[in-house]
Amino acid sequence: MEALTILNWVLDGLLGVSLFSLAWLALASPDIFKAIVLFISFGLLMALAWVRLNAPDVALAEAAIGAGLTGALLLAAFARLEDISIGASDGEEVQSHIQHDSNEEPK
Amino acid sequence: MERSRWLLPLLLMLCLGLGYTVLSMPEPVEGLPEMLVDNMEVAGVSNPVTAVLLNFRGYDTLLEMGVLLVALLGVWSLGGIPDYRESSPGLVLDIMSRQLVPVLILVAGYLLWVGADAPGGAFQAGSLLGAAGVLLLLCGWRIGNRCSGLPLRFLLILGLGMFVVAGTGLLLIGGEFLQYPSPVARELILMIEAAATLSIGATLAAMFLGSLPGGADK
Amino acid sequence: MSYVYLYALLGVSLFVLGLNALIVHAHLLRKILAVNVMSTGVFLVLVALSSRNEEVLPDPVPHAMVITGIVVSVSATALALILMLKVNRATGKNELPDRGRD
Repeated sequence: MEALTILNWVLDGLLGVSLFSLAWLALASPDIFKAIVLFISFGLLMALAWVRLNAPDVALAEAAIGAGLTGALLLAAFARLEDISIGASDGEEVQSHIQHDSNEEPK
Repeated sequence: MERSRWLLPLLLMLCLGLGYTVLSMPEPVEGLPEMLVDNMEVAGVSNPVTAVLLNFRGYDTLLEMGVLLVALLGVWSLGGIPDYRESSPGLVLDIMSRQLVPVLILVAGYLLWVGADAPGGAFQAGSLLGAAGVLLLLCGWRIGNRCSGLPLRFLLILGLGMFVVAGTGLLLIGGEFLQYPSPVARELILMIEAAATLSIGATLAAMFLGSLPGGADK
Repeated sequence: MSYVYLYALLGVSLFVLGLNALIVHAHLLRKILAVNVMSTGVFLVLVALSSRNEEVLPDPVPHAMVITGIVVSVSATALALILMLKVNRATGKNELPDRGRD
Protein backbone atom coordinates (compact mmCIF):
# COMPACT_ATOMS: atom_id res chain seq x y z
CA MET A 1 0.00 0.00 0.00
CA GLU A 2 2.82 2.32 0.90
CA ALA A 3 4.63 1.73 -2.37
CA LEU A 4 1.42 2.35 -4.28
CA THR A 5 0.93 5.73 -2.60
CA ILE A 6 4.46 6.79 -3.46
CA LEU A 7 3.94 5.62 -7.03
CA ASN A 8 0.76 7.68 -7.25
CA TRP A 9 2.56 10.76 -5.99
CA VAL A 10 5.34 10.23 -8.51
CA LEU A 11 2.80 9.84 -11.30
CA ASP A 12 0.94 12.98 -10.25
CA GLY A 13 4.17 14.92 -9.97
CA LEU A 14 5.37 13.80 -13.39
CA LEU A 15 2.01 14.59 -14.95
CA GLY A 16 1.91 18.01 -13.34
CA VAL A 17 5.45 18.91 -14.35
CA SER A 18 4.96 17.76 -17.93
CA LEU A 19 1.63 19.59 -18.22
CA PHE A 20 3.16 22.80 -16.97
CA SER A 21 6.24 22.55 -19.15
CA LEU A 22 4.16 21.68 -22.23
CA ALA A 23 1.98 24.73 -21.64
CA TRP A 24 5.08 26.86 -21.09
CA LEU A 25 6.73 25.63 -24.29
CA ALA A 26 3.51 26.03 -26.27
CA LEU A 27 3.20 29.64 -25.17
CA ALA A 28 6.88 30.52 -25.47
CA SER A 29 8.16 28.73 -28.59
CA PRO A 30 8.86 31.18 -31.42
CA ASP A 31 7.43 28.90 -34.10
CA ILE A 32 3.63 29.07 -34.19
CA PHE A 33 3.25 25.65 -35.79
CA LYS A 34 5.33 24.08 -33.05
CA ALA A 35 3.27 25.93 -30.47
CA ILE A 36 0.05 24.48 -31.86
CA VAL A 37 1.42 20.93 -31.89
CA LEU A 38 2.62 21.33 -28.31
CA PHE A 39 -0.80 22.64 -27.34
CA ILE A 40 -2.45 19.55 -28.86
CA SER A 41 -0.20 17.28 -26.83
CA PHE A 42 -1.02 19.41 -23.78
CA GLY A 43 -4.71 18.66 -24.42
CA LEU A 44 -3.99 14.93 -24.67
CA LEU A 45 -2.16 14.91 -21.35
CA MET A 46 -4.99 16.91 -19.78
CA ALA A 47 -7.26 13.95 -20.50
CA LEU A 48 -4.96 11.84 -18.31
CA ALA A 49 -5.13 14.44 -15.56
CA TRP A 50 -8.94 14.33 -15.61
CA VAL A 51 -8.82 10.56 -15.19
CA ARG A 52 -6.53 11.01 -12.18
CA LEU A 53 -9.07 13.42 -10.72
CA ASN A 54 -11.91 10.85 -10.95
CA ALA A 55 -13.63 12.66 -13.76
CA PRO A 56 -13.90 10.19 -16.67
CA ASP A 57 -16.72 12.14 -18.31
CA VAL A 58 -14.55 15.23 -18.53
CA ALA A 59 -11.66 13.09 -19.76
CA LEU A 60 -13.74 11.79 -22.66
CA ALA A 61 -14.86 15.28 -23.61
CA GLU A 62 -11.32 16.63 -23.37
CA ALA A 63 -9.86 13.78 -25.42
CA ALA A 64 -12.37 14.35 -28.22
CA ILE A 65 -12.45 18.15 -28.14
CA GLY A 66 -9.28 19.42 -26.52
CA ALA A 67 -7.00 17.09 -28.41
CA GLY A 68 -8.95 16.54 -31.61
CA LEU A 69 -11.22 19.37 -32.60
CA THR A 70 -9.34 22.33 -31.13
CA GLY A 71 -6.15 21.10 -32.75
CA ALA A 72 -7.85 20.73 -36.12
CA LEU A 73 -9.35 24.21 -35.82
CA LEU A 74 -6.02 25.79 -34.85
CA LEU A 75 -4.07 24.02 -37.60
CA ALA A 76 -6.69 24.91 -40.20
CA ALA A 77 -6.61 28.56 -39.16
CA PHE A 78 -2.81 28.50 -39.25
CA ALA A 79 -2.84 27.06 -42.77
CA ARG A 80 -5.29 29.72 -43.93
CA LEU A 81 -3.14 32.40 -42.30
CA GLU A 82 -0.14 31.19 -44.29
CA ASP A 83 -2.26 31.11 -47.45
CA ILE A 84 -3.36 34.68 -46.93
CA SER A 85 0.15 35.94 -46.23
CA ILE A 86 1.51 34.15 -49.31
CA GLY A 87 -1.31 35.64 -51.37
CA ALA A 88 -0.72 39.11 -49.94
CA SER A 89 3.02 39.18 -50.44
CA ASP A 90 2.81 38.83 -54.21
CA GLY A 91 -0.30 40.99 -54.39
CA GLU A 92 -0.79 44.56 -53.32
CA GLU A 93 1.29 46.37 -50.75
CA VAL A 94 0.17 46.20 -47.15
CA GLN A 95 -1.48 49.38 -45.96
CA SER A 96 1.02 51.84 -44.56
CA HIS A 97 -0.63 53.10 -41.37
CA ILE A 98 -0.13 49.82 -39.60
CA GLN A 99 3.20 49.11 -41.19
CA HIS A 100 5.55 50.52 -38.61
CA ASP A 101 4.85 48.47 -35.51
CA SER A 102 6.21 45.21 -36.81
CA ASN A 103 9.13 44.95 -34.44
CA GLU A 104 8.12 41.64 -32.88
CA GLU A 105 7.07 39.18 -35.52
CA PRO A 106 9.38 38.57 -38.41
CA LYS A 107 6.56 37.02 -40.45
CA MET B 1 9.88 49.02 -21.26
CA GLU B 2 8.14 50.32 -18.19
CA ARG B 3 5.35 47.76 -18.37
CA SER B 4 7.39 44.60 -18.47
CA ARG B 5 9.26 45.44 -15.26
CA TRP B 6 6.06 45.43 -13.24
CA LEU B 7 4.40 42.55 -15.01
CA LEU B 8 6.33 39.67 -13.50
CA PRO B 9 6.07 40.70 -9.82
CA LEU B 10 2.36 41.42 -10.26
CA LEU B 11 1.76 38.03 -11.84
CA LEU B 12 3.74 36.29 -9.11
CA MET B 13 1.66 38.07 -6.49
CA LEU B 14 -1.51 36.99 -8.30
CA CYS B 15 -0.22 33.41 -8.43
CA LEU B 16 0.60 33.41 -4.70
CA GLY B 17 -2.73 34.96 -3.80
CA LEU B 18 -4.74 32.54 -5.90
CA GLY B 19 -2.72 29.60 -4.61
CA TYR B 20 -3.30 30.64 -1.02
CA THR B 21 -7.02 31.06 -1.71
CA VAL B 22 -7.28 27.62 -3.28
CA LEU B 23 -5.42 25.95 -0.42
CA SER B 24 -7.34 27.72 2.33
CA MET B 25 -10.76 27.26 0.82
CA PRO B 26 -13.05 25.74 3.45
CA GLU B 27 -14.84 22.46 2.97
CA PRO B 28 -18.45 22.93 1.96
CA VAL B 29 -20.66 22.42 4.99
CA GLU B 30 -23.84 21.41 3.29
CA GLY B 31 -22.97 19.05 0.48
CA LEU B 32 -24.60 19.37 -2.87
CA PRO B 33 -23.49 15.77 -3.58
CA GLU B 34 -25.67 14.35 -0.80
CA MET B 35 -28.70 16.14 -2.18
CA LEU B 36 -27.87 14.72 -5.57
CA VAL B 37 -27.49 11.17 -4.27
CA ASP B 38 -30.84 11.44 -2.52
CA ASN B 39 -32.55 12.45 -5.74
CA MET B 40 -30.84 10.05 -8.10
CA GLU B 41 -33.77 7.64 -8.31
CA VAL B 42 -36.05 10.24 -9.86
CA ALA B 43 -33.41 11.34 -12.35
CA GLY B 44 -34.05 8.52 -14.80
CA VAL B 45 -30.36 7.89 -15.45
CA SER B 46 -27.75 6.48 -13.12
CA ASN B 47 -24.73 8.43 -14.31
CA PRO B 48 -24.66 11.46 -12.00
CA VAL B 49 -22.96 13.73 -14.52
CA THR B 50 -25.59 13.03 -17.17
CA ALA B 51 -28.29 13.48 -14.55
CA VAL B 52 -26.90 16.90 -13.66
CA LEU B 53 -26.41 17.94 -17.28
CA LEU B 54 -29.76 16.87 -18.65
CA ASN B 55 -32.08 16.80 -15.67
CA PHE B 56 -31.16 18.79 -12.58
CA ARG B 57 -29.47 21.61 -14.43
CA GLY B 58 -31.16 21.25 -17.78
CA TYR B 59 -31.33 25.01 -18.15
CA ASP B 60 -27.55 25.19 -18.40
CA THR B 61 -27.45 22.69 -21.21
CA LEU B 62 -30.38 24.34 -22.96
CA LEU B 63 -28.62 27.68 -22.90
CA GLU B 64 -25.36 26.07 -23.93
CA MET B 65 -26.98 24.76 -27.08
CA GLY B 66 -28.00 28.37 -27.64
CA VAL B 67 -24.41 29.51 -27.15
CA LEU B 68 -23.19 27.00 -29.74
CA LEU B 69 -25.80 28.20 -32.20
CA VAL B 70 -24.93 31.87 -31.63
CA ALA B 71 -21.21 31.13 -32.04
CA LEU B 72 -21.93 29.41 -35.36
CA LEU B 73 -24.08 32.35 -36.45
CA GLY B 74 -21.17 34.63 -35.56
CA VAL B 75 -18.81 32.54 -37.66
CA TRP B 76 -21.21 32.52 -40.59
CA SER B 77 -22.02 36.20 -40.40
CA LEU B 78 -18.34 37.10 -40.65
CA GLY B 79 -18.40 35.13 -43.91
CA GLY B 80 -16.08 35.32 -46.85
CA ILE B 81 -13.28 33.20 -45.44
CA PRO B 82 -11.66 31.45 -48.39
CA ASP B 83 -12.04 27.71 -48.57
CA TYR B 84 -8.99 25.53 -48.15
CA ARG B 85 -6.59 25.21 -51.00
CA GLU B 86 -7.61 22.50 -53.39
CA SER B 87 -5.39 19.55 -52.75
CA SER B 88 -6.06 15.88 -53.21
CA PRO B 89 -6.10 14.14 -49.84
CA GLY B 90 -3.85 11.34 -50.91
CA LEU B 91 -4.59 7.66 -51.07
CA VAL B 92 -3.89 6.81 -47.44
CA LEU B 93 -6.09 9.53 -45.95
CA ASP B 94 -8.79 8.84 -48.51
CA ILE B 95 -9.02 5.12 -47.74
CA MET B 96 -8.55 5.58 -44.01
CA SER B 97 -11.31 8.15 -43.76
CA ARG B 98 -13.69 5.73 -45.45
CA GLN B 99 -12.88 3.16 -42.77
CA LEU B 100 -12.77 5.59 -39.86
CA VAL B 101 -15.91 7.64 -40.34
CA PRO B 102 -18.35 4.72 -39.88
CA VAL B 103 -16.40 3.61 -36.81
CA LEU B 104 -16.54 7.13 -35.38
CA ILE B 105 -20.29 7.29 -35.95
CA LEU B 106 -20.70 3.91 -34.28
CA VAL B 107 -18.60 4.96 -31.28
CA ALA B 108 -20.60 8.17 -31.00
CA GLY B 109 -23.81 6.16 -30.89
CA TYR B 110 -22.33 3.87 -28.26
CA LEU B 111 -21.18 6.80 -26.11
CA LEU B 112 -24.61 8.36 -26.37
CA TRP B 113 -26.36 5.16 -25.34
CA VAL B 114 -23.98 4.24 -22.57
CA GLY B 115 -23.98 7.80 -21.19
CA ALA B 116 -27.07 7.05 -19.14
CA ASP B 117 -25.22 4.66 -16.84
CA ALA B 118 -21.50 5.12 -17.44
CA PRO B 119 -19.13 7.89 -18.51
CA GLY B 120 -20.25 9.28 -21.82
CA GLY B 121 -23.15 11.32 -23.05
CA ALA B 122 -24.32 13.85 -25.55
CA PHE B 123 -21.32 16.17 -25.53
CA GLN B 124 -18.74 13.45 -25.96
CA ALA B 125 -20.76 11.75 -28.68
CA GLY B 126 -21.42 15.06 -30.38
CA SER B 127 -17.78 16.01 -30.44
CA LEU B 128 -16.93 12.62 -31.95
CA LEU B 129 -19.48 13.26 -34.68
CA GLY B 130 -17.90 16.66 -35.16
CA ALA B 131 -14.50 15.00 -35.50
CA ALA B 132 -15.92 12.64 -38.13
CA GLY B 133 -17.26 15.67 -39.99
CA VAL B 134 -13.88 17.40 -39.79
CA LEU B 135 -12.21 14.28 -41.21
CA LEU B 136 -14.67 14.28 -44.11
CA LEU B 137 -14.12 17.98 -44.74
CA LEU B 138 -10.35 17.46 -44.75
CA CYS B 139 -10.77 14.80 -47.41
CA GLY B 140 -12.46 17.32 -49.65
CA TRP B 141 -16.06 16.33 -49.01
CA ARG B 142 -18.50 19.23 -49.07
CA ILE B 143 -22.14 19.14 -48.24
CA GLY B 144 -24.21 19.06 -51.40
CA ASN B 145 -26.28 22.02 -52.48
CA ARG B 146 -29.43 19.99 -52.01
CA CYS B 147 -28.76 19.52 -48.28
CA SER B 148 -26.97 22.74 -47.43
CA GLY B 149 -30.12 24.81 -47.13
CA LEU B 150 -33.04 23.82 -44.97
CA PRO B 151 -31.91 20.28 -43.95
CA LEU B 152 -28.62 21.54 -42.53
CA ARG B 153 -30.30 24.36 -40.62
CA PHE B 154 -32.85 21.92 -39.27
CA LEU B 155 -30.05 19.70 -38.03
CA LEU B 156 -28.32 22.65 -36.39
CA ILE B 157 -31.34 23.80 -34.40
CA LEU B 158 -32.51 20.27 -33.61
CA GLY B 159 -30.84 20.14 -30.19
CA LEU B 160 -32.10 23.48 -28.97
CA GLY B 161 -35.48 22.85 -30.58
CA MET B 162 -35.91 19.46 -28.93
CA PHE B 163 -35.07 20.98 -25.56
CA VAL B 164 -37.60 23.76 -25.98
CA VAL B 165 -40.28 21.43 -27.36
CA ALA B 166 -39.82 18.98 -24.49
CA GLY B 167 -39.89 21.75 -21.91
CA THR B 168 -42.95 23.41 -23.42
CA GLY B 169 -44.73 20.09 -23.77
CA LEU B 170 -44.17 19.43 -20.09
CA LEU B 171 -45.53 22.88 -19.30
CA LEU B 172 -48.62 22.18 -21.37
CA ILE B 173 -49.43 18.89 -19.65
CA GLY B 174 -49.20 20.61 -16.31
CA GLY B 175 -45.66 20.13 -15.13
CA GLU B 176 -42.77 22.53 -14.71
CA PHE B 177 -40.42 23.60 -17.49
CA LEU B 178 -37.83 20.84 -18.02
CA GLN B 179 -38.94 18.91 -14.94
CA TYR B 180 -39.38 15.43 -16.31
CA PRO B 181 -41.96 13.14 -14.75
CA SER B 182 -40.06 10.23 -13.24
CA PRO B 183 -41.53 7.33 -15.27
CA VAL B 184 -40.60 8.75 -18.67
CA ALA B 185 -37.52 10.69 -17.59
CA ARG B 186 -35.10 8.18 -19.12
CA GLU B 187 -36.79 8.20 -22.53
CA LEU B 188 -37.08 11.98 -22.57
CA ILE B 189 -33.44 12.43 -21.64
CA LEU B 190 -32.31 9.98 -24.31
CA MET B 191 -34.43 11.74 -26.92
CA ILE B 192 -33.05 15.17 -26.04
CA GLU B 193 -29.54 13.79 -25.88
CA ALA B 194 -29.81 12.22 -29.33
CA ALA B 195 -31.00 15.50 -30.81
CA ALA B 196 -28.30 17.44 -28.98
CA THR B 197 -25.63 15.01 -30.22
CA LEU B 198 -26.60 15.52 -33.85
CA SER B 199 -26.71 19.28 -33.40
CA ILE B 200 -23.36 19.50 -31.62
CA GLY B 201 -21.68 17.37 -34.29
CA ALA B 202 -23.14 19.40 -37.14
CA THR B 203 -22.32 22.70 -35.42
CA LEU B 204 -18.70 21.79 -34.74
CA ALA B 205 -18.14 20.54 -38.28
CA ALA B 206 -19.77 23.67 -39.71
CA MET B 207 -17.53 25.82 -37.52
CA PHE B 208 -14.51 24.02 -38.92
CA LEU B 209 -15.61 24.82 -42.46
CA GLY B 210 -15.92 28.44 -41.40
CA SER B 211 -18.04 29.86 -44.17
CA LEU B 212 -21.65 29.39 -45.09
CA PRO B 213 -21.84 26.14 -47.02
CA GLY B 214 -23.56 26.03 -50.36
CA GLY B 215 -22.19 29.22 -51.86
CA ALA B 216 -18.71 27.78 -52.09
CA ASP B 217 -19.79 24.85 -54.20
CA LYS B 218 -20.15 26.75 -57.43
CA MET C 1 -3.30 17.63 2.24
CA SER C 2 -4.03 15.25 -0.57
CA TYR C 3 -2.90 15.03 -4.16
CA VAL C 4 -5.84 16.99 -5.53
CA TYR C 5 -4.27 20.19 -4.19
CA LEU C 6 -1.34 19.50 -6.48
CA TYR C 7 -3.71 19.70 -9.43
CA ALA C 8 -5.46 22.77 -8.00
CA LEU C 9 -2.13 24.56 -7.70
CA LEU C 10 -1.22 23.40 -11.20
CA GLY C 11 -4.48 24.96 -12.39
CA VAL C 12 -3.61 28.24 -10.70
CA SER C 13 -0.15 28.31 -12.23
CA LEU C 14 -1.54 27.45 -15.69
CA PHE C 15 -3.94 30.37 -15.34
CA VAL C 16 -1.15 32.78 -14.46
CA LEU C 17 1.08 31.37 -17.22
CA GLY C 18 -1.68 31.91 -19.76
CA LEU C 19 -2.32 35.44 -18.48
CA ASN C 20 1.37 36.24 -18.85
CA ALA C 21 1.43 34.97 -22.43
CA LEU C 22 -1.79 36.85 -23.20
CA ILE C 23 -0.17 40.11 -22.13
CA VAL C 24 3.33 39.57 -23.52
CA HIS C 25 2.74 38.13 -26.99
CA ALA C 26 1.34 40.17 -29.83
CA HIS C 27 0.53 37.38 -32.27
CA LEU C 28 -3.22 36.77 -32.19
CA LEU C 29 -3.01 33.00 -32.61
CA ARG C 30 -0.78 32.83 -29.56
CA LYS C 31 -3.23 34.97 -27.64
CA ILE C 32 -5.95 32.45 -28.47
CA LEU C 33 -3.70 29.62 -27.26
CA ALA C 34 -3.10 31.59 -24.06
CA VAL C 35 -6.81 32.04 -23.41
CA ASN C 36 -7.29 28.30 -23.93
CA VAL C 37 -4.55 27.51 -21.41
CA MET C 38 -6.15 29.93 -18.93
CA SER C 39 -9.54 28.25 -19.29
CA THR C 40 -7.94 24.84 -18.81
CA GLY C 41 -6.43 26.13 -15.58
CA VAL C 42 -9.83 27.27 -14.35
CA PHE C 43 -11.37 23.89 -15.19
CA LEU C 44 -8.56 22.13 -13.38
CA VAL C 45 -9.17 24.14 -10.20
CA LEU C 46 -12.92 23.45 -10.38
CA VAL C 47 -12.58 19.69 -10.83
CA ALA C 48 -9.73 19.34 -8.33
CA LEU C 49 -11.62 21.13 -5.59
CA SER C 50 -14.74 19.08 -6.28
CA SER C 51 -12.98 15.82 -5.40
CA ARG C 52 -10.83 16.91 -2.45
CA ASN C 53 -12.77 14.88 0.06
CA GLU C 54 -11.62 11.36 -0.58
CA GLU C 55 -14.27 9.54 1.46
CA VAL C 56 -17.25 10.62 -0.63
CA LEU C 57 -17.69 10.49 -4.39
CA PRO C 58 -16.63 13.61 -6.31
CA ASP C 59 -19.27 16.25 -6.75
CA PRO C 60 -20.70 15.82 -10.28
CA VAL C 61 -22.00 19.39 -10.59
CA PRO C 62 -18.55 20.94 -11.31
CA HIS C 63 -17.87 18.06 -13.70
CA ALA C 64 -20.99 18.91 -15.66
CA MET C 65 -20.03 22.58 -15.62
CA VAL C 66 -16.57 21.75 -16.94
CA ILE C 67 -17.93 19.60 -19.78
CA THR C 68 -20.21 22.47 -20.74
CA GLY C 69 -17.27 24.84 -20.45
CA ILE C 70 -15.04 22.74 -22.72
CA VAL C 71 -17.65 22.71 -25.47
CA VAL C 72 -18.28 26.44 -25.11
CA SER C 73 -14.57 27.20 -25.18
CA VAL C 74 -14.07 25.26 -28.41
CA SER C 75 -16.86 27.22 -30.07
CA ALA C 76 -15.42 30.47 -28.74
CA THR C 77 -12.03 29.42 -30.11
CA ALA C 78 -13.55 28.80 -33.54
CA LEU C 79 -15.15 32.26 -33.51
CA ALA C 80 -11.90 33.87 -32.35
CA LEU C 81 -9.93 32.15 -35.10
CA ILE C 82 -12.32 33.40 -37.78
CA LEU C 83 -12.05 36.90 -36.31
CA MET C 84 -8.27 36.59 -36.43
CA LEU C 85 -8.39 35.61 -40.10
CA LYS C 86 -10.62 38.62 -40.74
CA VAL C 87 -8.15 40.93 -38.99
CA ASN C 88 -5.36 39.40 -41.00
CA ARG C 89 -7.18 39.95 -44.27
CA ALA C 90 -8.12 43.51 -43.39
CA THR C 91 -4.73 44.69 -42.16
CA GLY C 92 -2.31 42.09 -43.49
CA LYS C 93 -0.86 41.53 -40.04
CA ASN C 94 -1.26 38.91 -37.35
CA GLU C 95 -1.60 41.38 -34.51
CA LEU C 96 -3.80 44.24 -33.49
CA PRO C 97 -2.52 47.72 -34.28
CA ASP C 98 -1.06 49.30 -31.17
CA ARG C 99 -1.96 52.97 -31.04
CA GLY C 100 -0.28 53.69 -27.71
CA ARG C 101 3.20 52.81 -28.86
CA ASP C 102 3.37 55.40 -31.62
